[in-house]
Amino acid sequence: MKILVPVKRVVDYNVKVRVKADQTGVETANVKMSMNPFDEIAIEEAVKLKEAGIATEIVAISIGATQCQETLRTALAMGADRAILVETAADIQPLAVAKLLKAIAANEAPQLVILGKQAIDDDSNQTGQMLAALLNWPQATFASKVTIANGEAEVMREIDGGMETVAIKLPAIITTDLRLNTPRYATLPNIMKAKKKPLDIVTPESLGVDVSPRLKTLKVVEPAKRKGGVMVANVAALIDKLKNEAKVI
Amino acid sequence: MAILVIAEHDNTSLKPGVTNTVAAAHKIGGDIDVLIAGSHCAAAASAAASIVGVGKVLVADAPYYAMAVAENLAPLVVGLAQNYSHVLAGATAFGKNLLPRVAALLDVMQISDIVAVESADIFVRPIYAGNAFATVQSSDAIKIITVRSTGFDAVAAMGGNGVIENIASATDAGISRVVKQELTKSDRPELAAAKRIVSGGRGLGDGDKYRAVLEPLADKLGAALGASRAAVDAGFVPNDYQVGQTGKIVAPELYIAVGISGAIQHLAGMKESKVIVAINKDPEAPIFQVADYGLVGDLFTLVPELTAAI
Ligand SMILES: Cc1cc2nc3c(=O)[nH]c(=O)nc-3n(C[C@H](O)[C@H](O)[C@H](O)COP(=O)(O)OP(=O)(O)OC[C@H]3O[C@@H](n4cnc5c(N)ncnc54)[C@H](O)[C@@H]3O)c2cc1C
Ligand SMILES: Cc1cc2nc3c(=O)[nH]c(=O)nc-3n(C[C@H](O)[C@H](O)[C@H](O)COP(=O)(O)OP(=O)(O)OC[C@H]3O[C@@H](n4cnc5c(N)ncnc54)[C@H](O)[C@@H]3O)c2cc1C
Repeated sequence: MKILVPVKRVVDYNVKVRVKADQTGVETANVKMSMNPFDEIAIEEAVKLKEAGIATEIVAISIGATQCQETLRTALAMGADRAILVETAADIQPLAVAKLLKAIAANEAPQLVILGKQAIDDDSNQTGQMLAALLNWPQATFASKVTIANGEAEVMREIDGGMETVAIKLPAIITTDLRLNTPRYATLPNIMKAKKKPLDIVTPESLGVDVSPRLKTLKVVEPAKRKGGVMVANVAALIDKLKNEAKVI
Repeated sequence: MAILVIAEHDNTSLKPGVTNTVAAAHKIGGDIDVLIAGSHCAAAASAAASIVGVGKVLVADAPYYAMAVAENLAPLVVGLAQNYSHVLAGATAFGKNLLPRVAALLDVMQISDIVAVESADIFVRPIYAGNAFATVQSSDAIKIITVRSTGFDAVAAMGGNGVIENIASATDAGISRVVKQELTKSDRPELAAAKRIVSGGRGLGDGDKYRAVLEPLADKLGAALGASRAAVDAGFVPNDYQVGQTGKIVAPELYIAVGISGAIQHLAGMKESKVIVAINKDPEAPIFQVADYGLVGDLFTLVPELTAAI
């Protein structure tokens, strides 16, 4: 069974992002970039399925600028077998990402595509569900446990009131939640080996996909700052503030 | 313009966010219809009909809609969407799971998690865990939108007189099924709709201490309980307690953060709260930068003291 894992290059989760003065977006020049944390979890899950003898090949895919090759090398070092970069400098929105992934899925014929539930930059939480729709495959979003057997995936999902277990027919889409697993660190020997693994470069044009954006970003601004609060000396002072100043108790 | 709101419900009652989503629809302006797709869902349908400002309540009743499986609901919504300029749902696990599937089938880009409406095609949404807000304009013919409930004050749930209309169901896709649900049982208010929240982090130490220290305070305040990711990952409490970028987004009148350091991912979920109280032994903890009232000290003495004094 072949598994595709799309991995996105995003601003590292530890970075405190700054909005650009001209309000066109956030500052990404000279900022540390990493693999989207949910995508690390997706790769880890695929590698575990391979170690368990269920998956035979893992293909990592990234869509974006040339630098996404670094993200793909990380995926290869974690255990992916080969990688595909869809190289583009354009503004690629989730619908376009899903269309590109659909085109790749048509060539690769995977049984499973594991994506992150959301990318921590745009926080859209759409791509996996869109890809499932375009392929007319079932989807198990926000996965916290995955079991594959008898042509089905049984997936425990995190929902608002608790947990839900769904059974979906393969081929299928799974999107990862935080508690699915703990991603491994790439070891130095594996980082060296990853440099020799195949990495193909294609373009949206070669895949025949129209990626024109549907959403136009008019401006990006900073959130309103909370005005600084005060420190209170003790519980009595806190209660006084809550009762008489904030009037919330 | 006509707007379709996809209501989240459990067949008997509506989820709290529905009235906030209808409020967002009011901001866009136009006729507002609500879809109730479920199984034996007449009670939910009549609840939807009493929401102020609702025109029609479309009811699709079939066994395969009982568990709100996206694979079955999406074709139904796609069939209806042609009659509407906007289709809205709450940005909950339900809405996030369903609407992108609808959007892709209609070949439109979803606008996720809006917190404000500027016009019929311009919306504001948070990006980077709420560290920036993007104003985006959609050029699609049908706008598919998920709504962050904290961005819109709920409309009244009673007083409306919508007309209930039964509609034909789409077919059962037959590619997925729900095996089971394990829902957290609690007498406390739902986190997403609570006016007061007591939230605990790694500082509580373990699940027993979390309960022993925070439950009495929450009981006294009539508050919901929440948690940081660290507390959830360590197994103190179930996953649906998590507040943050990748958990629930809350904006209660009072949020009390106990033993939570205030990582940006946590702040993303609670910094719109009206009043924030932080209790932490580390005076440098970033949570104090967003807190209206900060109290430095050992939570194991301060929280029981606070509980006793309220
Ligand atoms: C040069 C450039 C400029 C851009 N400028 C803007 C802009 O100004 N405004 C804007 O809204 N968007 C912009 N984008 C697009 C944006 O970065 C996202 O790729 C897109 O919006 C997808 O949203 P998301 O990642 O939040 O999707 P989600 O649906 O949250 O992502 C979920 C999952 O989908 C997969 N995935 C998503 N994107 C990719 C990818 N590129 N490669 C591989 N896997 C992926 C991952 O598994 C991810 O975990 C730009 C992109 C590029 C390359
Ligand atoms: C992709 C991604 C998504 C994430 N999403 C979320 C999310 O949605 N929500 C979320 O919360 N986190 C999220 N996180 C995790 C986040 O980065 C932090 O790790 C987490 O919020 C820390 O939880 P905490 O504050 O409980 O723990 P810590 O950071 O360990 O803080 C514990 C605090 O307790 C205090 N303390 C300890 N003992 C006492 C005592 N006796 N009395 C008083 N104070 C005490 C300490 O001073 C410390 O400040 C995410 C991370 C990633 C990478």
